[in-house]
Amino acid sequence: MELREIVTEALSTLTINKLRTGLAVLGIIIGIGSVIALISLGQSSQKSIENQIQSLGSNILTVSPAGQNTGAVRGAGGGGTTLTPEDASALKSATTLTTIARISPEYARRSQVTAGRNNTNTQIIGVEPQYADIRKITVATGAFITDRDVSILSKVAVLGPQAASDLFGDSTELLGQSIRISGQILTVIGVTSSKGGSGFNNPDDAIYVPLSTAQKILFGANNLTSIAVEAKDSGVMTETQNEIGYFLLARHKISDPANADFTIFSQNDILNTVSQVTGTFTTLLGGIAAISLLVGGIGIMNIMLVTVTERTREIGLRKALGAKKRLIITQFLTEAILLTIIGGIVGMALGIIISYILTRVMNMPFTISPFSVILALGVSGGIGILFGWYPAKKAADLLPIEALRYE
Amino acid sequence: MISLSHITKIYKTETIETKALDDVSFEIKKGEFVAIMGPSGSGKSTLMHILGALDLPTSGTYTLDNETVSALSEDELADMRNRKIGFIFQAFNLLPRTTAIKNVMIPMMYAGVPKEERISRAKKYLEMVGLKDRMYHTSNQISGGQQQRVAIARGLAMNPAILLADEPTGNIATAQAEEIMNIFEELNDKGHTIIMITHEPDIAHHAKRIIILRDGKIISDVKNGKRKKLWN
Repeated sequence: MELREIVTEALSTLTINKLRTGLAVLGIIIGIGSVIALISLGQSSQKSIENQIQSLGSNILTVSPAGQNTGAVRGAGGGGTTLTPEDASALKSATTLTTIARISPEYARRSQVTAGRNNTNTQIIGVEPQYADIRKITVATGAFITDRDVSILSKVAVLGPQAASDLFGDSTELLGQSIRISGQILTVIGVTSSKGGSGFNNPDDAIYVPLSTAQKILFGANNLTSIAVEAKDSGVMTETQNEIGYFLLARHKISDPANADFTIFSQNDILNTVSQVTGTFTTLLGGIAAISLLVGGIGIMNIMLVTVTERTREIGLRKALGAKKRLIITQFLTEAILLTIIGGIVGMALGIIISYILTRVMNMPFTISPFSVILALGVSGGIGILFGWYPAKKAADLLPIEALRYE
Repeated sequence: MISLSHITKIYKTETIETKALDDVSFEIKKGEFVAIMGPSGSGKSTLMHILGALDLPTSGTYTLDNETVSALSEDELADMRNRKIGFIFQAFNLLPRTTAIKNVMIPMMYAGVPKEERISRAKKYLEMVGLKDRMYHTSNQISGGQQQRVAIARGLAMNPAILLADEPTGNIATAQAEEIMNIFEELNDKGHTIIMITHEPDIAHHAKRIIILRDGKIISDVKNGKRKKLWN
């Protein structure tokens, strides 16, 4: 028999026994689909975590005021007013601080914001232009706060995408719109791109205004809530931390570092923890992939073993009617390959669709690695073909009468 | 045309050795219609399987159409079953959910007969067994008697040297069994060699020669000139 006829024959056998074919294909679809979906989901969440960490910046130090000490009672961290714009200027102009690249003084406060009939409670952050570079914020439409805005106390605001949709819904014409904060009317000059963050300090759910405007017009404050310091290199973080620490202690005339009225917080600390977490994650992913491959593979093995063993009598009959052993094996192998191809394509599509939908729902970046697809198709396909071929070969090896009598 | 000499078949399990055939020798000439009879366990099925090259004897030689079957390779045996032997089984053994014509075409497919010829030959033999209007019915859609007639058409498809029928009427109703036997007689009249196993005397008496086995040995081998039907 020529190849074309073998394939036609295999296809006709597969279409005649729809239930059997359906079950075998389903087994392969589930096997391959689940492996692809699981690996993709694992990689997507790993990617999501990595993105969030990278968005924090790896060479940033944050200086915050320490808690206010009222007698013996130590107040909450960050609540003090001991950090001033003068501290920031001094840090900027100090020639002794050699490892600092940029400095961003910030004044942040939660406040009620209204726009027309909508209102929301969000983080208002008074910033200078370099904030965007240090905190890795990009503007999707319009512009960010400029030096001029800071120096003339412009009543302008840049919205995070979450804040924008809370205030203006789906409207796309945001530039030039007015919002009201603390009784002052500010004009929207820009909207930032989404950073995909979540939680309390979500950069998407924030409104950026000039630092001077925040301090003098909106909230009447003289202090800073934090100073972000960008080190020249992520390798000199410890040095930078020490330099700033001693500089500010001297400026604040504090001799004992234990009494410091500020704290310096390094992204490095998180980064170390997080790289351990991602390491664990990678191991976990490997485990998930191995288990799903095993489960999928066993499923495929079972269905192929059962469907082919069930056909031992048919193999006996075909031998009695003159089929040579090699032809029978070729025929069953062709059927197994066709099943695997059909199941493989559908399973692959299903796995990709499932992981796409789930990553969308869970707000994670969608990633699919060709390696996982090849692994799933290779292993499951290999198992499907092996266990389609093996029982057929075993049956074809029998004397026709033994196969015919098989119960 | 068929010659068996000193055929012995021993089945071995772990504990017991069973002699299913014990030094059986006979010859069958072209155009004969032989019934092989005997009670259960007499070895008639084993004999059938050896005649059909489905099983191999433990010792002795079997010659079919001048070829020594025991000397053939596995592929040559498959070829021999395909070209020289037409099988008719008690359980019909048609491919399920497959049309009658497709079932008849299978042996021709294995023989490499071109597709157009397969179809025309399958149609011819299905017509011959009276299934012209059932050709495209699948095996689950027709009665037992009709299924057996499809099996006969399949057995004839390669125009084999012998037709081997193993209890061909064992699974079908009496009236239909009679039709099957009429077909066998017609085929025999046209010159086909038929070997049939049965334990029913009524069926056996359609044959021209009756061999009776008991405990793996031939105890009787007689001509049955009258082809009498016992119930008439």
